[in-house]
Amino acid sequence: MRRLAAWLHRRPRTRLGLLLAGPIAWLVVIYLGSLAILFLNAFLSRDAFSGATVYQPTLDNFARLLEDPYPGITIRTLGMAAVVTLTCAVLALPIAFFMARVASPRLRNTMVVAVIVPLWASYLIKVYSWRLILAEEGILNEVLGAVGLRGPGFGDVAVWLVFTYLWLPYMILPVYAGLDRIPDSLLEASADLGGRSWMTFRRVVLPLVLPAVVAGSIFTFSLTLGDYIAPAQVSTTIFIGNAIYAQFGAGNLPLAAALSLVPLGIVVLYLLVARRLGAFEAL
Amino acid sequence: MKLRRSMSLLAAGTLAVAACSPGAGASPAPSTITAVGDGEGQVKVLAWPGYVEDGTTSPDVDWISSFEQETGCQVTVQTFGTSDEAFTLFQTNPEEYDVISASGDATLRLVAGGFVQPVNVDLIPSYAEIFPDLKDKDYNTVDGVHYGVPHGRGANVLMWRTDEVTTAPTSWGALFDPASEFAGKFSVYDAPIYIADAAVLLMKTNPELNIKHPYALDDTQFAAAVDLLKKQKPAVGEYWGDYTKQITSFQNGNTVLGTTWQVIANVLQGSDPPVPVEVVKPVEGATGWSDTWMINSKTKNVNCSYKFVNHITSAPINIQIAEYFGEAPGNSKSCALAVNPDHCDIFHAEDAEYWKDVWYWTTPTAKCLDDRTDVICKDFAAWVEAWTGIRAE
Repeated sequence: MRRLAAWLHRRPRTRLGLLLAGPIAWLVVIYLGSLAILFLNAFLSRDAFSGATVYQPTLDNFARLLEDPYPGITIRTLGMAAVVTLTCAVLALPIAFFMARVASPRLRNTMVVAVIVPLWASYLIKVYSWRLILAEEGILNEVLGAVGLRGPGFGDVAVWLVFTYLWLPYMILPVYAGLDRIPDSLLEASADLGGRSWMTFRRVVLPLVLPAVVAGSIFTFSLTLGDYIAPAQVSTTIFIGNAIYAQFGAGNLPLAAALSLVPLGIVVLYLLVARRLGAFEAL
Repeated sequence: MKLRRSMSLLAAGTLAVAACSPGAGASPAPSTITAVGDGEGQVKVLAWPGYVEDGTTSPDVDWISSFEQETGCQVTVQTFGTSDEAFTLFQTNPEEYDVISASGDATLRLVAGGFVQPVNVDLIPSYAEIFPDLKDKDYNTVDGVHYGVPHGRGANVLMWRTDEVTTAPTSWGALFDPASEFAGKFSVYDAPIYIADAAVLLMKTNPELNIKHPYALDDTQFAAAVDLLKKQKPAVGEYWGDYTKQITSFQNGNTVLGTTWQVIANVLQGSDPPVPVEVVKPVEGATGWSDTWMINSKTKNVNCSYKFVNHITSAPINIQIAEYFGEAPGNSKSCALAVNPDHCDIFHAEDAEYWKDVWYWTTPTAKCLDDRTDVICKDFAAWVEAWTGIRAE
């Protein structure tokens, strides 16, 4: 053992190699490897009846992505991801601003915990809870019914609510961190130069916190893009994730693979734009 | 639980894709065996939840341990949530499972893919006791060759909340009426095979379409069924895939009218407080399911597989599963052994008349199942595609 230790001590490069071999193997072989095979599968096809994979490269699956109903599903998914991201940003900014700039240190800690706690609960519990909340005889309709109103019921609005609830903490945390990093002196300088609070917010705070908002949006956007469980529970319509799951369930792995490249491609484009906006430095 | 399984399945599927399993190619099925020899010591079963219980779920529910002791065949079981899940599992792991309980919408795909082998029913004593109207069906017998032993059956019936829907519906038309006062509170089965339910209705309402078999639809017939389902969509409040979703949906008032299995109605009526529901098999008839125990064509445990299939379809075991799962047993001697004397009446097990207009799930194929040769029928891939389109409306 000691000899081995001494031998390793003399060879720092071997040491480093052994240390990193596991994580790198994981990243390259398991993680990127399965992505690569997913990509290759998208070029195969399957025998319509027996479900056997036909090992002949073809672009048929990609051609089908352009046929009904897939463009509609893609647009709906993109729209939902955009609306959810926007809602999360609008909700997160004031909350994060209060946490970072107004609240006492004690209250701030309490709020950080309050934001993080929902992340500890199981995703499925949260989705199923929303199913109960939004149900026809659920608690929301009961409460609103007292003042003569009704909840949205199941549908697109319900999906939007659930996604916004689920992903809001992922937006609040980076925005909070971003606001926290803005030096007080900048705000004071703005005030000294006669900037009122709205002007200061618009001209000083917002530009500085924008990368953080974009960083948060990476989470809210990509998480919405890939989710298929929440829509299945609180609506009758389907998103890309459901379409992938349906094809996978029917045994058409090549088409499922081609479909799953759509959100993947969208997220890659999104990340390129996000990097340009400086989001990666704000993460 | 269903969802968790779905997700782990998805993960498993990704790995399966990663493995790029080559065994999916069709190969000629081997000829049947002529005698059942000593067991090989193990058998792995892919089954609907509740079919193969060895006391793990509940110590009182166990009809496998005795089999293991008698035959020395250790049983491992894996469950699935839908026929499509089962088929994908079998397809991506063609040597993994020795025995599968396959519904009619999976069986033909398994046969055509060469995944399952012909079964010599003479070697399975239980087979003689199976209800005659479950044998020689086009989903379990191909060109006179038996591909398994029938297990049990159920119909996809219409259920409603009696406190909301006061006039008892008698037709599937009630579920396809967007102008109904209950529109928005319908819940229907979420699977491509549900297109056949629309076809069953069209068989009666639109005779000019000349639909003879709800799983054999040519272009015009198929378009009519899909159109009907697209018109139904706005009135649908929920699509249910697993039966707990349908149960909660009827409990929390989201659904007052929908498709169901008899067992769901029993659960609702027996829940606390009871949910007031009734079921009917509408005048047009209904779709249904009938499961078949099949044996893998590449099994290394053929003797244990035969022993297992015989055990699981024998009357004393068959009735336990039927009562536990909530379905009509397939073995004609089962009913006499039922713990609940009403079980077979509730599930119409011995009522051959009841099943006459029940169309058991069958995989749609391009070669029309109603023996028409002048047209090409829509195959299952087209059904999947159309269903995605309906759901994406």
